[in-house]
Amino acid sequence: MTRDIAVVAFARTDHRATCEDTSEVEMLMPVLHEVLARTGLRTADIGFTCSGSSDYLAGRAFSFTMALDGVGAWPPISESHVEMDGAWALYEAWTKLLSGDADTALVYSYGKSTPGSVRDVLTRQLDPYYVAPLWPDSVALAALQAQALIDAGDTDEAALAAVGARSRADADSRVPQGSSPGDYVVRPLRTGDCPPVGDGAAAVILAAGDRARALCERPAWIRGIDHRIEAHALGVRDLTDSPSTRLAAEKAGAFERPVDTAELHAPFSAQEVVLRKALRLGDGVRVNPSGGALAANPVMAAGLARIGEAAARIHRGESGRALAHATSGPCLQQNLVAVLEGDPR
Amino acid sequence: MSKEPVAVTGIGQTKHVAARRDVSIAGLVREAALRALDDAELTWADIDAVVIGKAPDFFEGVMMPELYLADALGAVGKPMLRVHTAGSVGGSTSLVAANLIAARVHRTVLTLAFEKQSESNAMWGLSLPIPFQQPLLAGAGGFFAPHVRAYMRRSGAPDTVGSLVAYKDRRNALKNPYAHLHEHDLTLEQVQASPMLWDPIRYSETCPSSDGACAMVLTDRAGAARAPRPPAWMLGGAMRSEPTLFAGKDFVSPQAGKDCAADVYRQAGVADPRRDIDAVEMYVPFSWYEPMWLENLGFAEEGEGWKLTESGVTALDGDLPVNMSGGVLSTNPIGASGMIRFAEAALQVRGLAGEHQVDGARRVLGHAYGGGSQFFSMWLVGSEPPDS
Repeated sequence: MTRDIAVVAFARTDHRATCEDTSEVEMLMPVLHEVLARTGLRTADIGFTCSGSSDYLAGRAFSFTMALDGVGAWPPISESHVEMDGAWALYEAWTKLLSGDADTALVYSYGKSTPGSVRDVLTRQLDPYYVAPLWPDSVALAALQAQALIDAGDTDEAALAAVGARSRADADSRVPQGSSPGDYVVRPLRTGDCPPVGDGAAAVILAAGDRARALCERPAWIRGIDHRIEAHALGVRDLTDSPSTRLAAEKAGAFERPVDTAELHAPFSAQEVVLRKALRLGDGVRVNPSGGALAANPVMAAGLARIGEAAARIHRGESGRALAHATSGPCLQQNLVAVLEGDPR
Repeated sequence: MSKEPVAVTGIGQTKHVAARRDVSIAGLVREAALRALDDAELTWADIDAVVIGKAPDFFEGVMMPELYLADALGAVGKPMLRVHTAGSVGGSTSLVAANLIAARVHRTVLTLAFEKQSESNAMWGLSLPIPFQQPLLAGAGGFFAPHVRAYMRRSGAPDTVGSLVAYKDRRNALKNPYAHLHEHDLTLEQVQASPMLWDPIRYSETCPSSDGACAMVLTDRAGAARAPRPPAWMLGGAMRSEPTLFAGKDFVSPQAGKDCAADVYRQAGVADPRRDIDAVEMYVPFSWYEPMWLENLGFAEEGEGWKLTESGVTALDGDLPVNMSGGVLSTNPIGASGMIRFAEAALQVRGLAGEHQVDGARRVLGHAYGGGSQFFSMWLVGSEPPDS
């Protein structure tokens, strides 16, 4: 592998509680236009396109087929789709660029959580024979994880509240919530420990080598990217740890040199505690300067947004070496880690 | 950029049937995966990553089932990717897995696609109401029938061609132990007398609903050198997409299909597909798509595809056999159907296709499509590595 590949542009929707007045394509299109405009590229210039989304959020089969219309897929494009968070679409696109089949890639993902009850919808991810029939929802499962952490002495409710408050403060006025921890949703998690339900989209453009330098003043070079999955059943996992995150970080080269920024996809405050430990992030690392998933959590786009936010900090010169993380599945079952670097300045 | 050559060294399928009530989804996929590992004489520990595909999650009623299937597929501690590109997904999944090796990210990858349609109701899964959109309650056949009609009018094909394809594919399926439909006593007259479902598509010219899974072990040059049986080498692979509905779309012969085939032929150095390719496993869910795709893929001039079918060129003992396995018309676990095409192409060039083996098959095309003839994925595999 000798090819340098970088994130050269990022765009996302503003944090919104709902987009009920727009279809998925209408929600996505401004983001696609914005990310293309940042590079001056048109759809026809893009070598490979890859997207991430979930039919279960849209409530219909083949939901991504219409979203493709928003890309302007004519003449026919080289294109693929993962039924996962867009961070994994970025991974697929990265391998496509690595093999030399393309020099540029458009990656996007989107999710509208608000047409249904996302807590109920996510229960359909669970083992369909033994667990899903009981409808344990995502907040209840995250609460189990939080309680396990508290019982292990890794955190307490006040520390968790501080994570939520910091995230929302960093997200500033874009997020309409106050800094109070709020009422219990499922003990020990309060409103402030849980992600807001919202709709949104994110898009990224990748480019290889000199194309990246031509398209972006300070490309965010992908030094490494890896992802790992753990067993599905919560009973066979240590919920206070995230070995898959640690392994992905190791493979991505995250531990070779310290990072200054970490964008972590931790929809629940307690998950930030788990991830900080797995990633060995010290106090000197700026965690989730964007506000993270506790400020805006468009399901299926929140992970890609972490990579985009980390890259954007490098583009702006605010970071030299950043780590980005995405997660999928109950209680951090599957995790992706990317290490991004800017050229020295 | 030099790419690592990609080889298929293991292939496994389940016996496809209407309902596998004896296994869970996990049990079904594991059966195909273990057969692929046995074929490659590898164990779970030899696999670096798992790439899994299936058609819509609503077909089983499980959201992102790869999360629950991680244990069953030995993926714990490994990377696992989930692909979904509608009906072409089995093909796309194979290509995503192959690219991990071509890019030298991994050395040996298990790729698998499945559908367990008996867990839910596919017609229901396709018919959920969508706000602000015209409901498509007619099912897939209702969508494609007008395009078949358009082909017949354009090409002047006699209306018997569809039944010839269906009869041929169902006869081929008798030689494939994994095929779903084994209709030993079927006659051409019965196909032609079967009920009309969506004019001009008759009942016996449509695919069944199957439970099934297909798996492949893909590996690099070093992995192929250690393989116990002959590998199939990937000579070219591509995906293309276009919008489902727009005024300029040619539903009879979509541009995305032509472009996708052209890309594969360029990579593989195929100048004349009719001469340079020995056999084809193509995605034919409704019988008339054989002549239509023969033209779209460049095996016949526009309007001439039906003549190949009618003259027996596409028969198992013909000059260009098509769907030696029995095809989608005999076996359709939707999410796996594309991968079965890719796997059957590989089986042919490995010389391991058993009773439905085509003598001297050295270069075989695997083809899949999905959506409203919107997504295409194809690969050409050969018995010799790409640089030889």
